[in-house]
Amino acid sequence: MSTQNIEVREEVDEIIEKNGYDDHFHDHHASDKYKSSFVGKYIFSLDHKMISRQFLITGIVWAIIGAAFSVIFRLQLGFPEADMAWLKPLLGKWIVLNDAGIGSISQDFYYALVTMHGTILIFFVLTAGLSGTYSNFLIPLQVGARDMASPLLNMLSYWFFFLAGLVMLYSLFLSTGPFSGGWTAYPPLSALPQASSGSKGGMNLWIISMTLFIVSQLLGGINYVTTILNLRTKGMSMWKMPLTIWSFLVTAILGILTFPVLFAGVLLLLFDRSMGTSFYLSEIFIQGAALENVGGSPILYQHLFWFLGHPEVYIVILPAMGIVSEIMSVNSRKPIFGYRAMAYSLMAIAFLSLLVWAHHMFTSGMNPFITNFFVLFTLIIAMPSSIKTFNWLTTLFRGNLRLNSAMLYCIGFVSFFISGGLTGIWVGSSTLDIPLHDTYFVVAHFHLVMGVAAFFGMFAGLSYWYPKMFGRYMNETVLKVHFWITLIGAYCIFWPQHYLGLAGVPRRYYRFDSFNSFTGWEGVNEFITISAIVVFFTQLLWVFNFFYSMWRGKKVTERNPWHSNSIEWTTPIIPPHGNWPGKLPKVERWPYDYGKDGKDYITQITPYAEGEEVIAH
Amino acid sequence: MTTLVILGCILLVGLVIFQIARINEMIKRIKGEEEAVQQSNDNTALSVLLFGIVFLALALYTSYHYKDRMFGYGPMVSASKHGVWIDHSMHIMLVITGIVFVLTHILLFYFVWKYRYKKNRLGWYYPHNNKLEAVWTITPFIVLAYLAINGLVVWNKMMEDVKPGEDHIEIEVTGMQFAWLLRYPGMDGKLGTKNYKLISGTNDLGQDWNDPKNWDDFKPDEIVLPKGKKIRVRINSRDVLHSFFLPHFRVKMDAVPGMPTYFIFTPTMTTDEFRNNLKKYPEWNVPADPSDPESKMKWETFDFELACAELCGNSHFAMRRAVRIVTPEQYDEWVKSQKSYYLANIRGKAEDPNQGKTIKINGVENSGAPAEKPAEGDAGVKADSTKAE
Ligand code: HEM
Ligand SMILES: [Cu+2]
Ligand SMILES: [Cu+2]
Repeated sequence: MSTQNIEVREEVDEIIEKNGYDDHFHDHHASDKYKSSFVGKYIFSLDHKMISRQFLITGIVWAIIGAAFSVIFRLQLGFPEADMAWLKPLLGKWIVLNDAGIGSISQDFYYALVTMHGTILIFFVLTAGLSGTYSNFLIPLQVGARDMASPLLNMLSYWFFFLAGLVMLYSLFLSTGPFSGGWTAYPPLSALPQASSGSKGGMNLWIISMTLFIVSQLLGGINYVTTILNLRTKGMSMWKMPLTIWSFLVTAILGILTFPVLFAGVLLLLFDRSMGTSFYLSEIFIQGAALENVGGSPILYQHLFWFLGHPEVYIVILPAMGIVSEIMSVNSRKPIFGYRAMAYSLMAIAFLSLLVWAHHMFTSGMNPFITNFFVLFTLIIAMPSSIKTFNWLTTLFRGNLRLNSAMLYCIGFVSFFISGGLTGIWVGSSTLDIPLHDTYFVVAHFHLVMGVAAFFGMFAGLSYWYPKMFGRYMNETVLKVHFWITLIGAYCIFWPQHYLGLAGVPRRYYRFDSFNSFTGWEGVNEFITISAIVVFFTQLLWVFNFFYSMWRGKKVTERNPWHSNSIEWTTPIIPPHGNWPGKLPKVERWPYDYGKDGKDYITQITPYAEGEEVIAH
Repeated sequence: MTTLVILGCILLVGLVIFQIARINEMIKRIKGEEEAVQQSNDNTALSVLLFGIVFLALALYTSYHYKDRMFGYGPMVSASKHGVWIDHSMHIMLVITGIVFVLTHILLFYFVWKYRYKKNRLGWYYPHNNKLEAVWTITPFIVLAYLAINGLVVWNKMMEDVKPGEDHIEIEVTGMQFAWLLRYPGMDGKLGTKNYKLISGTNDLGQDWNDPKNWDDFKPDEIVLPKGKKIRVRINSRDVLHSFFLPHFRVKMDAVPGMPTYFIFTPTMTTDEFRNNLKKYPEWNVPADPSDPESKMKWETFDFELACAELCGNSHFAMRRAVRIVTPEQYDEWVKSQKSYYLANIRGKAEDPNQGKTIKINGVENSGAPAEKPAEGDAGVKADSTKAE
């Protein structure tokens, strides 16, 4: 994995040597203490590249757990009558046997699985796993920094995330089970231990875990922002940064602004649970007793939660947008269309996402007049989203498309973003949301636009930067097989859910047969479950490819295998600690000069040729 | 055992795919990278194009196929006045987003195929075009503004509260884990006051028996409403959040403990009329119980339903009540046949604050003597309304 190639000096080295910026890095770091021990190098590492890999691998582990949960609860939905006794050795009392010995998933366990699935995938995988991996890996490499502004905070960010995961994992083994009231954790259900077994110890651990997670996000976010603002190399002005960096910057700022609000929300929840306060509780009679709490409002929690919750969905998707913009441009051999519009629309989306949170609350009982504003802002947010989509399409127009796996994932991303984004306009219209809220239509919407799309961004990034991370390639054929099965499979899973939702079938239902109105979809539910199983095992194929290729993949032999312009490809094939062995590169131009003046590509460190037109993009 | 065999098979399939993939990569290297890449690039581009065609065809075909189960289409007409407006907005939304969906996907898949890699060709250096970008900023703006205004007009119309003095019926539903409790105002048309601290085994809503308005309130176990009359549902919760969801009427509103909410709607079809409409569709003309061909037809067994749409605990999926819409005459009759909960279950008992006193209920004197207590009709109400999962 870490075999250092003996590299020939290339043209880029000459340019860096000649124009680069000497920060005397190696005078200070001659005996690199970071590399000294195993623990220092692999565990409490301060190197951004290692921390990035830690986030990535932890994220993969969580993704497998979260996806496995979904397969189990999908079995319940697709085959409610099937005998699940075979899972008994693994799941113990969560599988209940009837008199005939037929096993089924208990209701408590079903809701616990759904809740953990959502929490794990949204927070641990698509927030920490995605941002943690790419922001850490790419920010220093693409802005030309030796490392993050604070390697120590960076390391702490990972270990807080790790701890958050441990706490959540531990809650799975409580006798009363993990929290089971949905990833949104609405009180009073989440506030009252007597309301559900998952609201007992599991909820305390959920709150502790989220708190640790918020700390991790803030430490990471502050670091990303500081690094991008302060540690850009010579010549790397803001408008010369790749769109990946723009997206990480905007994402990090958004996280810093909103995660503290979630913290406030869950802290008050903790008070209500353990100290007898009444922030969210009022006039409750439960389990044969009237509680003393009066004057609180459950709606307050919803406001606090969605003030993070909505930006959170953008925290998930923005980095994927940045990654896709970068990879799509490189593989189209063509500049990203409308670079500035792309950056401004990232900012517009982030700003507007702070103003639309109550579109998750159209039926919550809040004042229907206020809804008007949230509908308007929500539909306005669709404008920057559509600008981005059209710009991606135009980037493909008259390009010279290399359809490698990274590019295919990008195309999949755009397709999912269109399909899921358009239904966002439906649910963003309060009128249509009356029948559609909390039905499978919403499930289809957010899985396509956020779940699958963000995953495709992540896959694209890994196909593309794997050579930089590990010095080897993943097996391209396996990646393509994975792409096709996942693309088709994901649509098979989520597309039919639109129909269920449009017929009114509610989400978070353990079975549908209590209602005549929601039956008649048995065949469709079976089909969805089978698709989910196929997609799940295909992901394992990808994981196998990922680990196998670390040691056995084809070795990278050229410095810049994709013929890309951005400066991470000017480092040695396996970048050492400090990233550039000598001087830091000096940046001369934006990263998207592809196909200009008859040249296939012109790297960012190449000075303008005499008489070359400087285009203000 | 079978589990192991199945897992083994899956593992085997995985390994086979992986081996084939490895060989494929080797062949590529032997054939010469350049040529192999070009070849596989062409194949991939064609696959994307084919995928696009099949995908769009299936999307359109399945939409058509399931059309008659969707809100607003075929037998799924709305049974309420505002529901028709919602369905109309949804139809406009479907047409507009449907067109955008198809066009953008055609561009996406066509571009991938058309501009696939060719040796010795360069991408077009086309970094931006302000005019073009203005076009796709302003066009979506106009379309979205239209959709937003269109939706909000309907929203503000349907969310309007009843005006003072306006003719309407007010009923109350209260969510609890895991049932809906129903209460009608009785002859006086007014619901009595409640206090959650008064809740007990015989008083599951915490009604205050000192309040005369409570004396004639009745608590049926299904929702019965007259066609054509404005209904204001007062929505409450006793414990956690629930959501009052009537899919056929396009009604949904959360039940929040400590904060009553409401929803106003006007039913426009009786249950019988809705059934007769279902009868026109072959999929409803099958036996309701597939194993018994003699059983009633599916359309004959249809009922409107009340469901819970906000996760409220582990039996959230089973909070059902039937809803029956009848003609105004039938409704009046039904109301008359309902017995006051107070008179049937409280009057004269230990909980009754008026024990031994003569009271007036809607002008009728009631001395509380056993003979004046109605004999039948209520027993089931009490037993059912406190039934928890
Ligand atoms: C065109 C832009 C979008 C609009 C107008 C939009 C609108 C909405 C609305 C109104 C809801 C609430 C629906 C309901 O609960 O009834 C919703 C739900 C959701 N959306 Fe979006 N959305 C958009 C894009 C996105 C993106 C980009 C993501 C993620 C990256 C996302 C993720 C989600 C999630 C996770 C939920 C479900 C939350 C829950 O559990 O209740 N949406 N969206
Ligand atoms: Cu949102
Ligand atoms: Cu419920």
